Amino acid sequence: MTDLLPLIVAKYNYWLYVILMMIGLYAMIAKNNLIKKLVGMNIFQTAIILFYVSIGYKTDATIPIIQNAHGGGSHGAVIHAADYINPLPHVLMLTAIVVSVATFGVAMALAVRIYQRYQTLEEDELRMRLIDIGPEE
Amino acid sequence: MDNYPALIVIAPLLTAFLAGIAVWIRERLAYPIALTGLAVSIFSAGKVLMQVITSGTIQYRLAGWAPPMGIEYRIDLLNAMVLLLVSSIAFLNLVASYKSVDQEINDRAGSFYTMYLLFVTGLLGVTVTGDLFNLYVLIELTSLTSYAMIALGDRDRAPLASLNYVFIGVIGASFYLLGVGYLYMQTGSLNMADVANILSGIQGSSTVLTAFILMMIGIWIKMAFFPMHVWLPNAYTYSPIGFARVVAPLMTKVMIYVMIRLMITVFGFDYIFKTLNLSDAVVWLGTIAILSGAVMALSQKNLKKMLTYIIVCEIGYMVGGAWLGNQLGMTGAILHILNDALMTFALFLAVGNMAYRLKKLDLTDLQGLFGKMPWTMAGFVLAAFSIIGVPPTCGFFSKWYLILGAFEAGAYHFAGALIISSLLSAVLFFKVFEICFFEPMSKDHGHGESHSQVVIEEAPVSMLFVSGLVSLSLIVAGLYSGTIVNTIILPFLK
Repeated sequence: MTDLLPLIVAKYNYWLYVILMMIGLYAMIAKNNLIKKLVGMNIFQTAIILFYVSIGYKTDATIPIIQNAHGGGSHGAVIHAADYINPLPHVLMLTAIVVSVATFGVAMALAVRIYQRYQTLEEDELRMRLIDIGPEE
Repeated sequence: MDNYPALIVIAPLLTAFLAGIAVWIRERLAYPIALTGLAVSIFSAGKVLMQVITSGTIQYRLAGWAPPMGIEYRIDLLNAMVLLLVSSIAFLNLVASYKSVDQEINDRAGSFYTMYLLFVTGLLGVTVTGDLFNLYVLIELTSLTSYAMIALGDRDRAPLASLNYVFIGVIGASFYLLGVGYLYMQTGSLNMADVANILSGIQGSSTVLTAFILMMIGIWIKMAFFPMHVWLPNAYTYSPIGFARVVAPLMTKVMIYVMIRLMITVFGFDYIFKTLNLSDAVVWLGTIAILSGAVMALSQKNLKKMLTYIIVCEIGYMVGGAWLGNQLGMTGAILHILNDALMTFALFLAVGNMAYRLKKLDLTDLQGLFGKMPWTMAGFVLAAFSIIGVPPTCGFFSKWYLILGAFEAGAYHFAGALIISSLLSAVLFFKVFEICFFEPMSKDHGHGESHSQVVIEEAPVSMLFVSGLVSLSLIVAGLYSGTIVNTIILPFLK
């Protein structure tokens, strides 16, 4: 137990993303309402985005714009990679955010279609309605 | 003038936008535009395959950026084969879809063709890319379009089936993305070849192990490997037939390709089979997938749904074969990508022809179909023989390699499952044949009264032509399977 605490504190970003991810997964599995499931799905995706953002971070580093590059004087100065955070994971996440927004949009559109057809978004009621329609399979 | 690798993906992408715009002018313009786009893709894929066979792997730099930084398209023999397969099936299905889309979703035909092109763009992109993150984006492009297309189907059930697919699909893609993140943490690179180079020095790392497991689970969910298959049957059954015909043979097979690509190119055989020692467990999973897929298929009353369970069963073949850990098994798995895509396509084409005339595809609706639609049923029988594994259809040869591989690896349970599933699918298909051949057309057709007046005849010529062509290709692929193995698969595995 004494070993576990420093481990959690030192890598708290991983613990946070795992917790968020599990919250999202729980909502997707356990909730009965389709919109709540969708929110869970979004939390799940956001957790991974936060994970990527956190792996680009370096202690005591700044944003990845070369300092004094446009002012006079510092041309030819040595640039240390350790002074700047890693921008690549952040750039990747711009794409991943676009993907997750698009997925959310498609899923919402599907939810609207389901609501128009059945007047409900509760999964157990939907199941009852599907049985009422009759066996199709 | 060697831009063919890029052209394969860009042609359907650009024509998708063109078709989307053309719909605003005239709905009918979308179809010829889509045909042109896919024809360009096939042509480029053919050129690329020739080039790869004669002069080896192509490395294409997008916009001229060098690999570790830029995105690279890397085409070797395996890619080139899958690219030609995907573009040809997509094109042929488009030819067959003209009539059925008209009948099924004629009010939204333009948007159907636009999304169809985007879907094929995604599949081709997944196959051609050499960049791990690019692969994620393209998988999601493929999945997003298929969510939308599935929802165009059955008005009562398709939206719900599609939404369930969204939930599971997102989990799969997210796991894959997470795995890429871990791999990036350890290697600092996203290019497959570059990652493979760096990984060879750090095989013991637990971060790499986490990455590997996460990526595999993500891909397995996307390909509907047995315990993670629950989304597939409903989604494919209720989708419009024009889309089911292309998604059923291609989506799962392209995901198998991704798995093999990750295993061979990124992580490497040494890592997977010597360092990890997971292969026994996965081959067992494959065995269970085969048996449960076959048994669940037996219990279905709807023809389309029965075939979707056969897909689940076939995925077990390929995953198990790839994880046997010897050359024979891998040869069988790769050959089965080609063969299974063709025979599933042939089956769904025949089902599409039936759906065009019948509307409902419960097994009891099929009575007397041999008399009414002889050509369609001939195609169906050929495809069914191939699934069962009757020589000289192509299904026999890949199954033969898989069984040999299973014996060499000592995985007798896997070989047993292959044989049992062949027997079960024989039982399954002969049950269908019996209904279609021996039971006469019932007078009132079982349900409703207005149905009895409908005259059932052969499907339109365009659909029959494609169906016949693909069914014959099963025999051709079977006869030439030695050539395919010797010129494409064995040189690739060397």
